[in-house]
Amino acid sequence: MIESYLLQSSSLTKLFNKLIETRHIYAPVKKGMVTSFNRVESLEEVAKDYIQTTISAKSILFLRNEILFHYKQENGDVKIMEPDLQRIPELVIWGCRPCDAKSFKSLHSVFNWDYKDIIYSSREARSAIISFSCNQADEYCFCTSAGSGPGHTEGSDILLTKLKSGDYLAEILTEKGQLIRDMIPAIFETPSSESKEDNLARIPIVFDTAGLKQKLEQAWNSELWITQSMRCLGCGACAFVCPSCSCFDIQDEKHGKEGVRSRCWDSCGFSLFTRHTSGHNPRETQAERWRQRIMHKFSYLPDQQGFTGCTGCGRCSRACPADMNIREHLAALINDSTSPENRVA
Amino acid sequence: MNEYQTIAAGLLSSGTAAMVIGYSEGSAKRVRPVFFTRPEEASTLVFDSRCVQNIAVYLTKKEIRTEGKIAIIASLPVMRSIIQLASEHQLSEEKIIVIGITPSGEVKQFNGFDALDAYVSSTTIEIEARYREKIEQVEKMTLTERWNFWKNELSACFKCYACRAACPMCYCTRCTVEMNQPQWIPVPSHTLGNFEWHIMRAMHLAGRCVDCNACAEACPLGIPFNLLTKQMILQFKKDFGGYNPSLKGLNILSSYLPDDKENFIQ
Amino acid sequence: MENKIFEPKIVAFVCNWCTYAGADLTGTSRIKYAPNVKIVRFPCTGRIDFMLLLKAFGEGADGIIVSGCHPNDCHYTSGNFHARRRWISFRSLLDFLGIDTGRITFSWVSAAEGAKWAALVNDTVSRIKELGPYTDYEKVARYYEEEVNHE
Repeated sequence: MIESYLLQSSSLTKLFNKLIETRHIYAPVKKGMVTSFNRVESLEEVAKDYIQTTISAKSILFLRNEILFHYKQENGDVKIMEPDLQRIPELVIWGCRPCDAKSFKSLHSVFNWDYKDIIYSSREARSAIISFSCNQADEYCFCTSAGSGPGHTEGSDILLTKLKSGDYLAEILTEKGQLIRDMIPAIFETPSSESKEDNLARIPIVFDTAGLKQKLEQAWNSELWITQSMRCLGCGACAFVCPSCSCFDIQDEKHGKEGVRSRCWDSCGFSLFTRHTSGHNPRETQAERWRQRIMHKFSYLPDQQGFTGCTGCGRCSRACPADMNIREHLAALINDSTSPENRVA
Repeated sequence: MNEYQTIAAGLLSSGTAAMVIGYSEGSAKRVRPVFFTRPEEASTLVFDSRCVQNIAVYLTKKEIRTEGKIAIIASLPVMRSIIQLASEHQLSEEKIIVIGITPSGEVKQFNGFDALDAYVSSTTIEIEARYREKIEQVEKMTLTERWNFWKNELSACFKCYACRAACPMCYCTRCTVEMNQPQWIPVPSHTLGNFEWHIMRAMHLAGRCVDCNACAEACPLGIPFNLLTKQMILQFKKDFGGYNPSLKGLNILSSYLPDDKENFIQ
Repeated sequence: MENKIFEPKIVAFVCNWCTYAGADLTGTSRIKYAPNVKIVRFPCTGRIDFMLLLKAFGEGADGIIVSGCHPNDCHYTSGNFHARRRWISFRSLLDFLGIDTGRITFSWVSAAEGAKWAALVNDTVSRIKELGPYTDYEKVARYYEEEVNHE
């Protein structure tokens, strides 16, 4: 149902101003070396030149701390106060990259797996995603190897691709996108003949995801888990900047007779993540935790949900204090010959 | 091959060291820590101003401890960390060879901690001028301004604990943030949880921090929490005459003088 | 509307051997002092974790008293000396962070100083009364209340 239009460069402000009349807009804002999605009031605040935000767009729908409910002890009973979901505003995620937009599919399936998470779903239902294609990339990007791409449409409601003329090719991809178009139809004009592909960043394919999955199934005992993770410090930077990582912890905070229960981001890279009360840890070493991270994204999720938990945004590599480069490590795993199953007897 | 590469290769080929920890070219013009066991790998070792990650952090890791004798390419902050760790009984002398590279670029091999201790003691921890200025700026603010400044900075923290993971002094197998009976530091990365985490971290590093700045370098969000430990180092100079990692000295907070001076106890 | 007089909530962290006994003496000597203080007894000032002071502020304390044996009088020889170093460092860190150290009274009160304890509490209470309620830290600790109040 893709409908293509031309959006003149001057119309971008009109679109933004129309949306902000009724919706909260979250867009990349640059502060020092860090670009992150913040609530903005005008298009001027939005970062102009960024390859990728430091924290992904997931932080808008899957909050790093989400209060699930409040509780209060009263007259020998506990009163639970659920959050008022009607208060979640209509929002627009503006300036999302196609890789981030695609990752919402993975988050959606996790939060709707065997239980529909009402809080996440309510936020998702009220948000529209306006993505911008990438016309530049850096050496950390590998979306084309991870089933996405610089002009990938999956997950976005509207995808805007900047053309050489400075105008935009607007692709309306969903009903939510159509609703936005109908709010201000005049600016959506007949498209020019300029091709979208010519205006996208060139990102070489470094490996093939299907091949990777096949390889991983044989790689449980590979020595690469140890050698690659030797320099891993065991922090959660990779997971917290990742657009697809969805692990969380549940925490209670109590003040006297009342308190809150919240959901907070967690990471499989922490040793605490799997530590049992007894002190036993089924993933004792960082190598096992690193294997879990890769296996979960590229083997388990494809089995369970039919797609990978990685969209090739490269954030984990950019954020890693020890320069763990996921693209390089995945390529090495594909070419791995150290796994006992692969050794010629 | 240059001097430190030759030493590293020699140690590996003679079997004196089982592994060399150093830096090599990484992605996007960065360097990365490497763990070499073969002499021929030594030629890819690099050492320059990009080597800001404190690789002493690996010396206390279980995965590395079991590797036998380790040689480590050590900048001055790494050498300081090794002495600090040794003074806290975290490293055994017979398992570590230090290939030190001084700030002026001189390569010095230390086979025992005493020689390293003597070298480290001959230097002093100095807070860089740009940080001193920033600290003064914050100190000049009113109480409310300071509170708002830190509330703004620390509320950004998402508690990935990269600061903790990057710090050689954070070697505890069970960190205070993991103490949950009762929950000592709130787990959520809201402003309170972040404040208490960074206050606790700074206090636990008081008198131990060697000012390598690896924590701030590791922070993916560029939060200037390193000002806390740096301010403490400056303050300790005023209050206790400063400190330097040393095998003979005592940590500031695990020692005292009967006539320590203060002006606020009534 | 009723004009409420502000009565500060003060938490006192004291050691068992000197200040707690001193406060006991205040009572047995029938010296009256401000009732705003809640005393928490510790074996030694050396055992008072700095985090506890933050917890007190987080739970709504307007002022804090930390008190123990005079130097050289520690029941465990050196607990108060260690505590003194810790207070010196912690106090400057708090001040650097914009947390009001003017709301924390540090003191040495011996088991014989019942009158000093009363004066110390009274002074602290009147000082905190002038400063007013301390809400900076508590607001951050009760971040969720804003949301509750909307509902």
